[in-house]
Amino acid sequence: MPVVRIPTVLRKHTSGEARVEAAGSTVREVFDNLIAANPGLAEQLLDGDDVRGFINVYVSDEDIRYLDGLASTVAEGDEISIMPAVAGGA
Amino acid sequence: MADDTFTMDRATWDALVERSWSDFPYEVCGLLGVRPDGGLEHFPITNAERSMTYYVMEPRDLLRAMREIEDNEWGLAIYHSHTHTQAYPSETDIRLAQYPEATYLIVTLQDRDNPDIRGFSIIDGEVTEKPVEVVD
Repeated sequence: MPVVRIPTVLRKHTSGEARVEAAGSTVREVFDNLIAANPGLAEQLLDGDDVRGFINVYVSDEDIRYLDGLASTVAEGDEISIMPAVAGGA
Repeated sequence: MADDTFTMDRATWDALVERSWSDFPYEVCGLLGVRPDGGLEHFPITNAERSMTYYVMEPRDLLRAMREIEDNEWGLAIYHSHTHTQAYPSETDIRLAQYPEATYLIVTLQDRDNPDIRGFSIIDGEVTEKPVEVVD
């Protein structure tokens, strides 16, 4: 099963777990299953049909914006990383 | 060293100020890994926005640097520059702060002759200063 790396700020929604397995063959399917098991993640990860703003998602270290977004395919054993953007402004 | 301070060696201080000037008047940004002995590892990261008032760390550089920091179990500091305003988190900085475990460092060039760096934690919108202590 793919493994999802959870950033510190979202671990309160995964009982403190830093790595969570979730089934699926696309990022969207994995997220659906991840959210079914950890409902608190829903609004943290998704905004309607898209990834929420200021959240970066990577499959095997590639930003999914450069792949197919939530439709990006995921293989068994792939790692999906969720990483909050680091941003701000004067 | 008190727990609420952030200790920085002189060379890192100078490197952050120098980098802040390097793309002036645009904001620069990056990460520091804090080793168990207090030594700092500098990861400059491209500001994907190249703006005078806004920064977004380039996502692939960010992942690479954050991985190295996590895999080594180093502490995390996040810095960016304010080229025209004081070294205090702006409303945008606070709203977009998503790393409660990090020390947020802001380098200001507002006083051109006296650049300054201040440190903060930003947790759930609450800003607490972590004074930067420079050691030679």
